[in-house]
Amino acid sequence: MERLFKFLYQYRVFFSFLGLEFLCIWLVIRNNQYQGAQFFNTSNRLVASTVSVSQNVTGYFSLQDINRQLAAENARLRNELERRSLMPAPRVPVATPDSALAARFEFVSAKVINNSTLQYKNYITIDKGAADGIAPGMAAINELGAVGKVKQVSKHFAVLISVLNIDNQVSCLIKRTGYFGTAQWDGLDPRVIDLKYIPRHVPVQPGDTIVTSGYNAVFPPGVQVGVVQSAVVKEEGPFYDIKVLLSQDFGKLSFVEVVRSYLKAEKDSLETTLMEEK
Amino acid sequence: MNRSAIRYVVLFFVYGFAQVLFFKRLVLFDRAFCLVYVSFILILPISINQLSLLLVAFLLGVGIDVFYDSLGLHAMSLVAVAYLRNYWLSAITPQGGYDSGTSPTLAANGFPWFALYSAPLVFIHHLLLFFVEAGGFHNFWFTLSKVIGSLFFTLTVMFLLQYLQRQR
Repeated sequence: MERLFKFLYQYRVFFSFLGLEFLCIWLVIRNNQYQGAQFFNTSNRLVASTVSVSQNVTGYFSLQDINRQLAAENARLRNELERRSLMPAPRVPVATPDSALAARFEFVSAKVINNSTLQYKNYITIDKGAADGIAPGMAAINELGAVGKVKQVSKHFAVLISVLNIDNQVSCLIKRTGYFGTAQWDGLDPRVIDLKYIPRHVPVQPGDTIVTSGYNAVFPPGVQVGVVQSAVVKEEGPFYDIKVLLSQDFGKLSFVEVVRSYLKAEKDSLETTLMEEK
Repeated sequence: MNRSAIRYVVLFFVYGFAQVLFFKRLVLFDRAFCLVYVSFILILPISINQLSLLLVAFLLGVGIDVFYDSLGLHAMSLVAVAYLRNYWLSAITPQGGYDSGTSPTLAANGFPWFALYSAPLVFIHHLLLFFVEAGGFHNFWFTLSKVIGSLFFTLTVMFLLQYLQRQR
C-alpha cells in the first residue's frame, strides 16, 4: 500500500495531467449533447454582458445593413397587407382554424450579441432568456430564414446552436415537390449547407427552394432555408448529394426572432407514446 | 518572487481578455485564427511547479472556452501544452543551461531558440484543438489547413508581442 502511494506521488504530475484531460474530454462530450440551463458559457450573465459591450462597439458597423433589411421586410409586409385588403371577403366563412392552432407560434425578437461562422460548432448568443419565455429547444429565425435552435438559457440570455453547426440537423423539404430530407452543415463553407436523404428518384434541380418542414416542431413550417445550388447523384448512392445556398447571411446576423411553439409539448408527448408502443 | 507572481496574475487576465474580446475577432482567409493566449503558458517561469502549471492552464483554458461556447476544448489543448512544455524545455536546453529564476522568453534566449521552443507546442495545441472540434478526420485537409494557417498567424502575433515586451 505504501509503495502504491509512493508510486502515485512520484508520478503525480502525469496522473493529474490525465485527470484534467479526462475532465476536459468529459466536458467536451457533455457540451455536445446537453441542452438546458448551464453556467459555463456565454449565457452566463457576467460573460454575456462583457460580450455585449464588445458587440455594442462593433454593432454600429452593421447598422446600415440592418436598416436595409428591415426596410425591405417592411415593404414586403405592406404589399401583402395591401393585397389582402383588396381581396373580397368570403361570403361563406371558410373553415376557421382552431384558435389554439392559429396561435401556436409566438415570436420574441432578440439581438445577437455573439456569433461565429468559422468554427465547426458555431453558437450564437442572444440577449433574451428565460425571463422572456425562451426555453431550450425553441427555434430562432429572422426575415432571411432559419437561424438555429436554443441550446441553453439563463435568465436574460440564451445560446443558440447555429444552423452552421455540424451537430445540428434541420428537417427540410423541397418546396416544389414536397419531398423532405435533413439539412446539415459539413463545416466547410458558411454559405452552403448539405441536404441529405433525398432519394434518387425525386426530381431535384438547381434553383429549387428549400424550406423547413415543421415535422420536428422546432421550426415553424415554411421558413426559408435556401436554394438548391447543385444536385448530383452518385452512381451507387441511394440519395442525392445536394448543396443548398443558404438564404441566411450568418456573417451579418444582428437580430433574430425566437419562436415559442405552444403545441410542441403536445405533439412530442403524442409521438412519444407512439414510439413506446413500437 | 511576490512581485513577479502578481505580474503573472495580471498577465493571466490580460491574455485571457485580449483573446476573447480582441484576438477572437481576428481571422484571416476564413481559416487562420489567432490563438495567442497559448503564449501565456509558454512564458511562465522555468522553475514553476508542474502541478500549478497544469492547473493554471486548465483555468485559462476553461476561461477561454466559456467565451467560445466550447467548454473543455481549449482547456484540453492547453493542458496538453502545459504538460509537454517542461519536457520540451529540458530537451532543448541551450548550452550552459537556463539561468535560475528566468522565463523562457524571446528576450532571454533569442529568436531562434524561442521559435524552436514555441512552434512545436503551438502546433500540438492547434492540432488537438481543431481535430477534436471537427470530431474526427473527415474534412481532414480543410482542418489541417486551419491548423497550419492558425499556426503561422498565432506565431507571428506571438513573436510581435514578445518583441513588444522586450523593451521593458
